[in-house]
Amino acid sequence: MAGMSFLVDTSRCTACRGCQIACKNWNQNGAGMTKNLGTHQNPPDLDGNTFKLVRFSEHLKDGKPVWYFFADQCRHCIEPPCKDAIQGYVDGGVIHDEETGAVVYTEKTKGVPVDEVRASCPYDIPRAKDDGTVVKCTMCIDRVRNGLKPACVKVCPTGAMNFGTRDEMMALAQERLAALKGKFPKAQLLDPDDVRTLYLVTDDPALYHPYAVAGVRPGISRKLALRKLFFAPARNVAKGLRMG
Amino acid sequence: MTNHWIDIKNSDCILIMGSNAAENHPISFRWVTEAQKNGATLISVDPRFTRTSSKADFYTALRSGTDIAFLGGMINYILSNNKYFKEYVARYTNACFIVGKKYGFHDGLFSGFDPKTRKYDKSYWAYELDENGVPKKDYTLKHPRTVFQLLKKHFSRYTLDKVSAVTGTPKEDLVKVYELYSATGKPDKAGTIMYAMGWTQHTVGVQNIRTMAIIQLLLGNMGVAGGGVNALRGESNVQGSTDHCLLFHIWPGYLPTPTASAATLADYNKKYTPVSHDPLSANWWQNRPKYVVSFLKAMFGDAADAGNDFGYGWMPKLDDGKAYSWLDLFDAMYRGEFSGFFAWGQNPACSGANAAKTREALTRLDWMVNVNLFDNETASFWKGPGMDPGKVKTEVFFLPCAAFMEKEGSVTNSGRWAQWRYKAQDPPGEAKPDGDIMVELFNEIRSLYAKEGGVFPDPILNLKWDYTTDGKFDAHKVARTINGEFTRDVTIKDKTYKKGQLVPSFAFLQADGSTTSGNWLYCQSYNESGNNMARRDTTDASGIGLYSNWAWCWPVNRRILYNRASVDLMGRPWNPKKPVIAFAGEVRDGKYVTNKWVGDVPDGGWYPMMNPDGTLRTDTKYPFIMKPHGFGGIFGPGRNDGPFPEHYEPIECPVEKNLFSSQFTNPVAAVYGTEKDVYKTCDPRYPFVGTTYRVTEHWQTGVLTRWQPWLLETEPQLFVEMSEELARLRGIKNGEKVIVESPRGAVEAVAMVTKRFRPFLVQGQEIHQVGLPWHYGWVWPPDGGDSANLLSPSAGDPNTRIPETKAFMVNVRKKGV
Repeated sequence: MAGMSFLVDTSRCTACRGCQIACKNWNQNGAGMTKNLGTHQNPPDLDGNTFKLVRFSEHLKDGKPVWYFFADQCRHCIEPPCKDAIQGYVDGGVIHDEETGAVVYTEKTKGVPVDEVRASCPYDIPRAKDDGTVVKCTMCIDRVRNGLKPACVKVCPTGAMNFGTRDEMMALAQERLAALKGKFPKAQLLDPDDVRTLYLVTDDPALYHPYAVAGVRPGISRKLALRKLFFAPARNVAKGLRMG
Repeated sequence: MTNHWIDIKNSDCILIMGSNAAENHPISFRWVTEAQKNGATLISVDPRFTRTSSKADFYTALRSGTDIAFLGGMINYILSNNKYFKEYVARYTNACFIVGKKYGFHDGLFSGFDPKTRKYDKSYWAYELDENGVPKKDYTLKHPRTVFQLLKKHFSRYTLDKVSAVTGTPKEDLVKVYELYSATGKPDKAGTIMYAMGWTQHTVGVQNIRTMAIIQLLLGNMGVAGGGVNALRGESNVQGSTDHCLLFHIWPGYLPTPTASAATLADYNKKYTPVSHDPLSANWWQNRPKYVVSFLKAMFGDAADAGNDFGYGWMPKLDDGKAYSWLDLFDAMYRGEFSGFFAWGQNPACSGANAAKTREALTRLDWMVNVNLFDNETASFWKGPGMDPGKVKTEVFFLPCAAFMEKEGSVTNSGRWAQWRYKAQDPPGEAKPDGDIMVELFNEIRSLYAKEGGVFPDPILNLKWDYTTDGKFDAHKVARTINGEFTRDVTIKDKTYKKGQLVPSFAFLQADGSTTSGNWLYCQSYNESGNNMARRDTTDASGIGLYSNWAWCWPVNRRILYNRASVDLMGRPWNPKKPVIAFAGEVRDGKYVTNKWVGDVPDGGWYPMMNPDGTLRTDTKYPFIMKPHGFGGIFGPGRNDGPFPEHYEPIECPVEKNLFSSQFTNPVAAVYGTEKDVYKTCDPRYPFVGTTYRVTEHWQTGVLTRWQPWLLETEPQLFVEMSEELARLRGIKNGEKVIVESPRGAVEAVAMVTKRFRPFLVQGQEIHQVGLPWHYGWVWPPDGGDSANLLSPSAGDPNTRIPETKAFMVNVRKKGV
């Protein structure tokens, strides 16, 4: 399994949000007039203009605060369930790039019910733009094809965001995991065999984000999600026909 | 910074206290992270658990305004547990100096205090001199009046119990920090401090930093890789603007601004040139007359000559004993003492302490010019909250200016690296680079003086003003003037330099008018080898990340200051694995016979202090060359508030007594007397400690960032962070609007209830603290909130007069209650 991968080393993330802004900059995604909702996390969630979001979560551990940052984005699954969900509605809605492994949505996703696509995603990533196009992180495929790093990786000052061939990233992930294990016994990689966005966390993933790993979602395990998508296309094809 | 950003990676222990580097200097964390990867320990000490704290190996909290107590306890720990670096302390610091008999300290006051003028007579703190006028020394450090013994006595009062009761930091946490940090007292270990406005913005700001400087000297952390006292500057070019005399008390290159009593150049040189009678002291500032004359020649060109004191008389002077700092200027403006004001690249209606006083002061002007990128609370103060535009007489002019990427020039970072930048695009519309605005303005002023005369036209008419090319401001011409050139053919050390040639470096500057230099510290930045600030060589021969051919740093491209303290008396690095410099001269019969250093540019290239056979040399100099006596200053007799740091409570504090003395607050703090200068301590109406800070996503008052939708989206509104305990006490829910009020004003803010603020146990009492960012203002966005500086007090440090915006008293309540 070649292609490219991200490594998001959360132990190095300072939540400067350079990645979140760089993503908007490269994709020329607009900003909303948000409110402060009692947290630094803003916008509150991924949206049609926000493909990358740093999630903040704070907890007490042994009487002292801990503050976890999770730079959430598409995992670019090795076998992307969303691809089948979208293809059920429209051909050519998703390009699964052979060379990089990037999962890229096209303008043809316009009109595909975003809730269905979201439900198919074990990490709750896809969102719709105002015009109904379903969107998410593109792995900066336009940059990567031109020999550049994705925008979020380019701006990261600490080495939290990394990008390279899958072998390189896996090796780096294992090296960092080994280095962190001593101090953080719960350090782990999240679903490393299934995704191209490898997250390295130092604590229970649920403390970072409910969708940090597949299957944390209430009522749906990753296995179940995968099984669901196995049956999904037929149903969606039917729906798609009705839509047509 | 005495060191530089990349050097942080060389550290074994990084203390981040008085700053929040991860949030406010995010790129610095590249090097902090690198150090941690190499095994360094990161300690975060902050009243609030921050994004910096989230990455720390150890975190603890202290109540705002108690840093001297916290660090004083560390000094006591280091001395009591013999953690200090003995050879370094004895040989390189003034610990061995013997202080005169008039020095004393009693119940919070040093000797020499005059309660009537609220000033110290610093002559009480003088050293005992020998027959040659050189301070007496005891290298054994045993004499009871050595600095070392006085230090020990002074800080023996900073016991764990007392420090904990004052700071609110648990004793076990204090010990943990002290243990971790003082482990860098070993010769081959280095600890560094990253501090910023969390230390400076107090009525004891300078002494906060002095306390840490003492710790760094005791542990031998000055001059070494991974060490130093590192101020993280609050803007990308604050270092550069300070170097070039943004502040009232200095001319470029830290030459003192003269007071009126220094009427002639001779008076100036006599008053401000330090003297040392010790042949081993370089006393570098003895060169000041050369730098001053070269500066005056840069100011007035051919009009300046020996016959007219090089135009010294044309330079403005300060009234003796009077300060002209930010707080003082706005106090004078408030009292109607001047009528016109340029608010250039700034937004004082939000940025200064006690913003309500500032806003009121602006109404007392006849005219104001605001030069800025966007509309802001200063430009529009006349229609702001509580203002009646019909009653404001001030005429306001707004000049749009270029942003940093729309002009060429240099920016000097915190690590003293002057880096050249190029213009990326033209400014929009009528916006102009600041340089062009200044050129047009000055040309007009000069032609008016030429036409109409004036009270004192000489300085205006004689100013050298040749900074344009094709009528436009030319940054290269300014850079040349800053570096300086020869004004006539000069032969120095058998080499002849032609008139008009750029001066190679400041060692060539002269006091006879044969050289110019707008800023001696920058002499070498732009010389005959080119614009050194534009160098972009990414190779690093040093192995410790000096990158000496990337850009250029002052002085003379020395990347780590005081680096001759990084070697032992024989010139061998204390830490051979991370040498900054090393002596590589030849040895014959146990003596060094040739002089050669390798590594960084040495702090003066003299021979080491000692030969390999152990004999002391007489053709050398002590390492701390900028100090008159050549030694690192554990004792600091030049400060306005005492030669040693001492804990005093902030001007506004939550406790009724100072546990260290009956001297409650800094006896010489800067305070003001208008009806807007209200200070309330232990007032039940304002029961909580308040502090102000910044977030990553906004810059300063937000004039640039609040108009940037992507940034505004991330931090859209003024918030106030508070503990869950305080929120419960006040019935406040997370995310709801609350009122924060101080004796000076009130703001509406979104409550951010967090586990990252915890109540403090101070003198047996539970004390709450809250914090707000000061990036907001009423102009934009709607419902974004106003400046947190409406709350902060106009009281300041007695040395710098920086305001105490980090510790004051507030109340927090639900809206409508």
